[in-house]
Amino acid sequence: MKLSFRRKATNGIMLTLTGVCTVLAVGMLFFILGYMFVEGGFSLSWDFFTKLPVPVGEMGGGMANALLGSAKVLLLATCIGVPIGFLAGVYLAEYAGGAYASVIRFVTDLLNGVPSIVIGIFVYTLIVARAGFSTYSGGIALGIMMIPIALRSTEEFLKSVPTSLREGAMALGATKSRTIATVVVPAAMRGLISGMMLNLARVAGETAPLLFTAFGNQFWSPGWKQPTATLPVMIYNYAVAPYPDWHRQAWAAGFVLLTLVLLINITARSIVARGLHKAR
Amino acid sequence: MTGAPAEAAKAADSGLKLRSTNLNFYYGSFHALHGISLDVHNNKVTAFIGPSGCGKSTFLRTLNRMNETIKGSRAEGEILLDNENILEMEVSHLRRRVGMVFQRPNPFPKSIFDNIAYGPRINSMGRRGDMAERVERSLRRAALWEEVKDKLHKSAFDLSGGQQQRLCIARALAVDPEVLLLDEPCSALDPIATAKIEELLFQIKDACTIVIVTHNMQQAARVADYTGFFLMGKLMEFDTTEVMFKTPKVKATEDYITGRFG
Repeated sequence: MKLSFRRKATNGIMLTLTGVCTVLAVGMLFFILGYMFVEGGFSLSWDFFTKLPVPVGEMGGGMANALLGSAKVLLLATCIGVPIGFLAGVYLAEYAGGAYASVIRFVTDLLNGVPSIVIGIFVYTLIVARAGFSTYSGGIALGIMMIPIALRSTEEFLKSVPTSLREGAMALGATKSRTIATVVVPAAMRGLISGMMLNLARVAGETAPLLFTAFGNQFWSPGWKQPTATLPVMIYNYAVAPYPDWHRQAWAAGFVLLTLVLLINITARSIVARGLHKAR
Repeated sequence: MTGAPAEAAKAADSGLKLRSTNLNFYYGSFHALHGISLDVHNNKVTAFIGPSGCGKSTFLRTLNRMNETIKGSRAEGEILLDNENILEMEVSHLRRRVGMVFQRPNPFPKSIFDNIAYGPRINSMGRRGDMAERVERSLRRAALWEEVKDKLHKSAFDLSGGQQQRLCIARALAVDPEVLLLDEPCSALDPIATAKIEELLFQIKDACTIVIVTHNMQQAARVADYTGFFLMGKLMEFDTTEVMFKTPKVKATEDYITGRFG
């Protein structure tokens, strides 16, 4: 009787403890999102998306230049990271064998583990120290960060394509490269696209490498050779400044950045989910 | 060696499509096939039977060199397709001439039309305008046209398992193969779908030679003109299906066919 009570009590405590922690974990996202909206929602207006920042003391203004700057940097990063990662991933999944493949995988994981600030310094030393702060150096820094994940996600999705499909193509006289291009990659396309989107979402919030490369700018940044504002760096600059109005702007920018990242994530996941449904 | 050209000429004359001579196959150090010699006759159905792991599928997959994709595998000996040794042919050319249908239906994640058109496209067969015609002809030969003609641009995954397998047969037929290899094509299908496929084998054997591996002895008895019995990597007996099932010469064949093991 007594023992049974103890068991029930232990059971109840464990259930409560794990349940509360789950609520904490899941609630964190909504807490962050809500808090940002409360703090920054006031500064969110049409102006935020269309106007340039205003000098200290003036009210209003926006971060249009940072939005465009982030878009440009991410576009360039995608153009660098995705093709390199994708093609290397094809090589790793389809051609590299045994010990050789393990080495590639290991080195790629190491590259993935390099702190983003180190990549920032690397690009700073190699490019910025000679040519100055620029949009393209920011794109290169984030592009390098995208390579390892693009590579591994490509490998993973190509490997998930069943051998039977490859055999089906080869039995019709397709060469290996032809099979990869016409059957394996198309079969994995949904996964590949969603992988690239998640990758993009991951680097969209990177700040440290951009501090050294894209730097920041209060104005528009035409072309690729001038420093440019980006959302994460703008958030940093505004958050550490001593002006309450800038803090609100920083919260608003954080809210916008988080919403964009969430949207990319949700889109990517729904692409995969629809693919699974169709394949069944 | 000296008799090779003469042998080849004889093979072509006597209506032989494939002639395997002393074929040995290895997976790494494992000796999977021991000196297989047999003849596959033109426009006939040849079946291979035997217990699991006996080498019948391995032998079938040597006929279009599908086994080559496995690392460390090696074939020795000679297999003549008409007069050419397939082990020395250009492999994609060989596979165009010797098609294959697998155990489980493996349609590509593409439309029904694109599945059939895949082979002709990669082999640059026919012009763009002829493709619709070629697709229809292949689907008709696989007795699938009436069921899919209104949904050619729907995904091949929308078809039932039996339809998918007939789609795979149509896909293989679309490149006009001279030989069609089938590796237990009905093992994942219900009896009705199986009957449809067996029926269609009778129709397509006029245009191509068929080699089928099957676990099901009744199936071999129903569809095959010739049957080979494999056991532990050796070809125990090879003869017309009638002889194999009524008066087998080898004790092991009789034991297997009468169900004493296997």
